[in-house]
Amino acid sequence: MSAIPRDQWYVAAYGAEIGPELFSRTVCGEPILFWRTRDGSVTAVADRCVHRRFPLSQAPSRLVDDQVVCGYHGFTYGVDGKCVSVPGQTRVPRTARLARYPVVEQDSFIWVFVGDPEKADAATIPRAPYLASPAYTTVAGMEPLRARYSLLVDNLLDLSHETYLHGGYIGTPEVAETPITTEVDDDAGIVYVSRHMADAACPPFYAKSTGLQGRISRWQDIEYTPPCLYKLHSRVAPVGSVPNPDGSDPDAFHVEVVYAITPETEHSTHDFWAVARDFALDDEGVSAFLAENNRTVVLQDVEALDVLERVIAAEPAGYQELSINIDTGGLAARRLLQRLVAP
Amino acid sequence: MLTGDRVYRIHWEPGTDRLRAVCHCDAEREFEDPVQLWEWLLSHPEGHEA
Repeated sequence: MSAIPRDQWYVAAYGAEIGPELFSRTVCGEPILFWRTRDGSVTAVADRCVHRRFPLSQAPSRLVDDQVVCGYHGFTYGVDGKCVSVPGQTRVPRTARLARYPVVEQDSFIWVFVGDPEKADAATIPRAPYLASPAYTTVAGMEPLRARYSLLVDNLLDLSHETYLHGGYIGTPEVAETPITTEVDDDAGIVYVSRHMADAACPPFYAKSTGLQGRISRWQDIEYTPPCLYKLHSRVAPVGSVPNPDGSDPDAFHVEVVYAITPETEHSTHDFWAVARDFALDDEGVSAFLAENNRTVVLQDVEALDVLERVIAAEPAGYQELSINIDTGGLAARRLLQRLVAP
Repeated sequence: MLTGDRVYRIHWEPGTDRLRAVCHCDAEREFEDPVQLWEWLLSHPEGHEA
C-alpha cells in the first residue's frame, strides 16, 4: 500500500523554474510535464505520450506555439492535453488526451493536485506569503532526497536534532534542552510545535546574519500542514525582548523557514527549502551567507536521511521504534498523514 | 498558537519529564510516554469524563 496521500496539493516546482520550455518533474510517482504558456500561465499534463509512452519532455519532443509535439511519432497536444494531430491520418482518436493536472502558482511555488481533479479546491492550499512579499528577502533551493518523505517530516517536526546534526550552524545545546509545547488542530489538520528559548547561545547562522552577539532569545514555532507545507517561524532577539501587545516586534529578527515536502516516489523526495527574512533586505552578503549555510544544513539532513532510508529499506518488517517527549509533534504529524492516506 | 474548536494541546511540564495532555473537551491527564498520550487523546470521548 502506498504511503503517499492522494487527492492533495503538492509543490512541484518554483515558479522561476517554469518558462516557455518543457520541464518535467515526477510528483507522487507521476511524471508531469510543465511549461509556461504564451499568456504567462503554467500548464501541467502527464509527461507520457498516449501512443507509446514516450516522455514528452524528452528530446526531440518539442514545444511549438504552445503545442507539444512528441519526438517519437509526432502526436501533438494542446495546453489542455487534448491531442490535435496524429501522423498519417486525419482522424484523431477521441481518447487521445493527456491527463491534465490542476495547477496553481502561489507564493513563488507551482502547486499541482495529485488525485481526482474533481476534488481539487485551490482555496485549501496552505499559504506562505512571505516568500513573494516585498517586505521579505528570500533565498531558496531544492535538494533531491533519496529517502521517503515521512523521514523528512520526522526530521523537521523535531528540531532537537539541530543540536547534534547541525552543531556549529543552527544547533546549540539549548535547542535539545528546551521543552516543547505541541498543538494539533484536528479539524484544520495542522500541527504546531513551539520551543521558546529565553536565554540561548546565538548560533553562527543567526549571529552572522543579524549581527546579534552573545546570548539571545530564540523562538521556534513550527506550523506543519500535511502533507506538503512546513513552516518554521523563527524569532531571534536580545534576551528579555518580547513582542509588543499590539503584535509589533521591532527589536526582533524574523526568519520564516519554509519547506515543501513533495514525494517523488515512495522512496525519494523533493526537498524544497526557502529562507525569508525581514531584515537586511538589500544586503547581498547576508543573502549569500544564508543561502550557503541553509543549503549546508539541508544537505546534512539529506546525508543522514539517505542513510536512514537504506537502513529501513533493508530491515525486516516490525522494527519497534522508541519515542520520547521530543517526538510528540512528530507522532501527531504521522497520525494526520496516516489519516490522509487512509481516510 | 492554534485557535480552532478542536485543538489538542500537550504541555511539557517545566522542570519535569512529564507531558500534560489537554483535550478539546478540557479533559486533562499526565503522561511519561507520548505514544500512550496520543492513544488517550485520540480515544476521546472514551476515558475523558471528569
